[in-house]
This record gives sequence, structure tokens and C-alpha cells, in this order.
Amino acid sequence: MRMILAVWLPAAVALAAAVPSTAGSDPIAIYQIVGDAIPAPLDDLDGDPVRGRAIVAGRKGNCLACHEAPIPEEPFHGNLGPPLDGIGSRASSGALRLRLVAPRTLNPDTVMPAFHQVEGLRRVLAPHRGSPILAAQEIEDVIAYLLTLR
Amino acid sequence: MAGNGTNAVRPRLKRLRWLGPAMMGAVVGWPGWVGSEPPELPPFSPRSGYEFARPETRAIQDDEFANPGLFWIERGAELWRSPAGPGERSCHSCHGAATAMAGTAATYPKIDEVVARLVNLEQRINLCRTRHVGAEPYPLESDPLLSLSAYVTRQSAGEPLRVRIDGRAREWFERGRELYRERVGQMNVACTQCHDQRVGHLLRAERISQGQINGFPAYLLRWGTVSSVHRRFQFCNEQARAEPLPIGSDDYNALQLYVAWRGTGLVVEAPAVRR
Ligand code: HEC
Ligand code: HEC
Ligand code: HEC
Repeated sequence: MRMILAVWLPAAVALAAAVPSTAGSDPIAIYQIVGDAIPAPLDDLDGDPVRGRAIVAGRKGNCLACHEAPIPEEPFHGNLGPPLDGIGSRASSGALRLRLVAPRTLNPDTVMPAFHQVEGLRRVLAPHRGSPILAAQEIEDVIAYLLTLR
Repeated sequence: MAGNGTNAVRPRLKRLRWLGPAMMGAVVGWPGWVGSEPPELPPFSPRSGYEFARPETRAIQDDEFANPGLFWIERGAELWRSPAGPGERSCHSCHGAATAMAGTAATYPKIDEVVARLVNLEQRINLCRTRHVGAEPYPLESDPLLSLSAYVTRQSAGEPLRVRIDGRAREWFERGRELYRERVGQMNVACTQCHDQRVGHLLRAERISQGQINGFPAYLLRWGTVSSVHRRFQFCNEQARAEPLPIGSDDYNALQLYVAWRGTGLVVEAPAVRR
């Protein structure tokens, strides 16, 4: 199902994030940071905005813990981060991908979790150890949804 | 009783500030600190979780009849006089009326000179159980232990927190500060990112407070029971999908010392009610 893209990685950060820990069963897609974006879709996957909305609204992405979004059926939206409404006209898909995959490259002190990372974390709760918060397909789904927020 | 959420009259410790290199070597800056270099001060004056709680929650705490934490305090009062061990001794046999414990809880965690380590109030009570009563220690987080702890803490209601971080406590303090700043869990967040940097923001429906512990052991509405500081720490860890540390562990004690210190001057609320 996954397609490994063997790309040359110029940025040290990208390299660190992309080196597989367990060859063969790596849950993390290889990606390349170019400027302020990860231009290519993870594993070359297409995102689905309907699935993406469910991830943003639900516990899986838990984005509403920190962001307001036009998801009225969910009662409590946090405000640690900026509202997501209109993000689709403010940000490109590549910029959103970098924001979700490696937010600390944008802001080293961010509270926003890296949704597609397993390396360099401490004391991860057992059931979540070794798996990212969102799989490559889910990242692409979320991006597809965010791009509809114009 | 004083200090039970009565915000209007809350004595504050007058906090002297670090006055710069001119005062190096003089008596400096922060209660409980004696040394040559001042620890970094928290970037705010401390505010109780009470101030961030919803009005409904505050109302429960303020109502001496509705506050469920009072059941634990009543049980604690009974246990204070219950004889145990081979000598049939109660806390009262040695300490007399519990009012003898006025101010004590505000100084914990503290170094116990016999075991030469930092202990919190629950562990200190258990030391009396084993050392002086000759009985089995109460399991951590058990009802009797929390009841006694809440009862002893009640004797300090209205007293300002004032832990010592000098001498042997110093290295525990440093460790606690380190833990407070360490990012952990799948969410990769540190205590300081929420409780120093995002105070007042909403995380879902919860307004982030300074994460102070002047109300602990506190009655938590979400669990319907009194909870120790360490269990509350565990919950914040689990929310970040981080492995919690054991209740009573050295690391949580170190963290508790640091958190108590950054709340120096906040008055003890006993029993506090939180969501
Ligand atoms: C723990 C809090 C937290 C969570 C959970 C979180 N974010 Fe964020 N997010 C932030 C913060 C804070 C910022 C502001 C920038 C910064 O500090 O890094 C931000 C920034 C953003 C931005 C950039 C917004 C802009 O206007 O530039 C996007 C897009 C975003 N987040 C999307 C998401 C999505 C989608 C999710 C869920 C999959 C999510 N965030 C989950 C805290 C969070
Ligand atoms: C993602 C944000 C976040 C992080 C990180 C976090 N907490 Fe919390 N914490 C909360 C929220 C939300 C609450 C409940 C509302 C409140 O009282 O702040 C809370 C409550 C608390 C309370 C209870 C305060 C009271 O008055 O009842 C304490 C104590 C506490 N946290 C300590 C810690 C410690 C120690 C750490 C680090 C191990 C930590 N927290 C990490 C968000 C966080
Ligand atoms: C046989 C006498 C004896 C009994 C019984 C006893 N204690 Fe103690 N307690 C002491 C002594 C002596 C100390 C001083 C420290 C030490 O030597 O352990 C002390 C210290 C304490 C302290 C710390 C005081 C401070 O200023 O830091 C607390 C709290 C305490 N006891 C609670 C209790 C409780 C609760 C009980 C009942 C479960 C109890 N004690 C039973 C003798 C006793």
C-alpha cells in the first residue's frame, strides 16, 4: 500500500524525521522539506476532504482541542492556536503539510504536536508508542479538508 | 474556617524580589531559598486554580454543606484518633489535637532527615504509621491516606505555601524544574508550555490555569473523589499521551516541590473542588 519515495534530503531536520527506525515496517512516510513547505503529498496519496473533516472534528486529530473550526456539531473548541476558518485561502497544501508533519521547524516552541512523527519523543504512552498520531493517508485527508476552508 | 476559597481575604506572602548583582551574597529573593544564585522566578504572580474554575465549581467549594471534600476531612478526623499498631497508638496520642499541625502542610514536600529524602505529606503520614505507630503504611491514594492528608492539610487552610528549596532539597528542586520543562508524550509537550505560556487559553472546554497545587488533595468532580497532587500530575501526562510516573515516585516529588515553590505565597485551600 505504501510507496517509499527515495529522495535526496538536504535539510538536517527532514533527514532526522525521515530516517526509518525499523526498516521495512516504518509507519512514517519519507518527505522532503523545500523552504516553508513539503510540496509533495505523503506517499503520493490523494486526500479525501470528507474523511479529513471527521479526523479534524474527532478524537483522532483532536484539532478542536486547540482550534476553532466551522464544525458546529462539536460544542467545545479551544483557542490555543488560531481559528482554522479561511485557512484554505491563506495556506498552500505544501505549507499545511509542513505544519502538520513538522510544526517545530516553523516554531520550535510550538504546542502543536507533530502529527506524523515517532522519533525523538519521550515516555510515549504504551498503546501509541511507535505509531504517529496520523498516518500518511490521514495527513493527506486533513489537508484536503483544510483546503476547502476558504 | 479560613482560606476555604474565601478569595476576598487572602494573605499573601510579601515577596521580595531579586535585586540584582549588588545584593549577591545577601539574603535574597525568594522564601525558602538560601544560596548564592537565585533560581529563576516564575514569570507571573501565582494565582490559584480557584480563580480559573467555573462559577459552579467555585460555588461547590465555597459551600461548607455542599463541598464533598468535607467527607474526607471528617473521616480524617476520625482516623486521627483511631488507635493502631502494637501500642494502640493514634496520631492524637503523640501529636495531641490536630491543630498542632497548623502550617505543616504548607511546607511539604520536605526533606525527612531520617530517610534523607524528599517526602510529600502522604508519605510523611505513612512514615509515622511505620516509624511511630508500628503499623502497615496506608496504600498510596487510598481513602484513609487521602482522608488523613486532607485533614492535616485542613489545619493549614489560609496559610501561604512556603516550601524550602535550600540544602538537601536543592537538587530535588532542580530535578523538578527540569521535569517541568521536559517535553513528553506523543503530544510532545511540557508543563511549562501550558501552565506558564498559555494560561487563560481554552483547551477544549477547559481554561488553562497556572497548574498550582495549593488546593490539593482536592476533590475532583470528574472522578468523584479526592485526588493527590501526583494523581493530578498523572492525568496531565496521560492527556499528552505520556506514560505517567508512579504515584509517590521521586520524580513526581521533585516536580511537586518545584510546583509548590512556584506557588509560594498562595494560600492553602482545604478542601478545594476542581473539575
Ligand atoms: C495542542 C494544541 C494544538 C493542537 C492539538 C493542534 N494545533 Fe494547530 N496550532 C496550534 C498552535 C498554538 C498554532 C499557532 C502556531 C504555533 O504556535 O506553532 C497552530 C497552528 C496551526 C495552523 C496554522 C494556522 C495559521 O493560520 O497559520 C494550522 C493550519 C493548524 N494549526 C492545523 C491544525 C490541525 C489540522 C490540527 C489537528 C490535526 C491541529 N492544528 C492541532 C496548536 C494546536
Ligand atoms: C496541553 C496542556 C497541558 C499540559 C502540557 C499540562 N497540563 Fe496541567 N492542566 C491542563 C488543563 C487543561 C488543566 C485543567 C484546568 C486547569 O486547572 O488548568 C490542568 C490542570 C493541572 C493541575 C490542577 C490545577 C488545579 O488548580 O486544580 C495541575 C496541578 C497541573 N495541571 C499540573 C501539570 C503538570 C505538573 C504538568 C507537566 C507534567 C502539566 N500540568 C501539563 C493542561 C495541561
Ligand atoms: C509515637 C508517636 C507518634 C505517632 C503515633 C504519630 N506520630 Fe507523627 N510524628 C512523630 C514524631 C516524633 C515526628 C517528628 C519527625 C520524626 O521523628 O519522625 C512526627 C512528625 C509528623 C509529621 C510531620 C510534621 C512536620 O512538621 O513536618 C506529620 C504530618 C505527622 N507526624 C503526622 C502523623 C499522623 C497523621 C499520625 C497518625 C497516623 C502520626 N503522625 C502518628 C510522632 C508520632
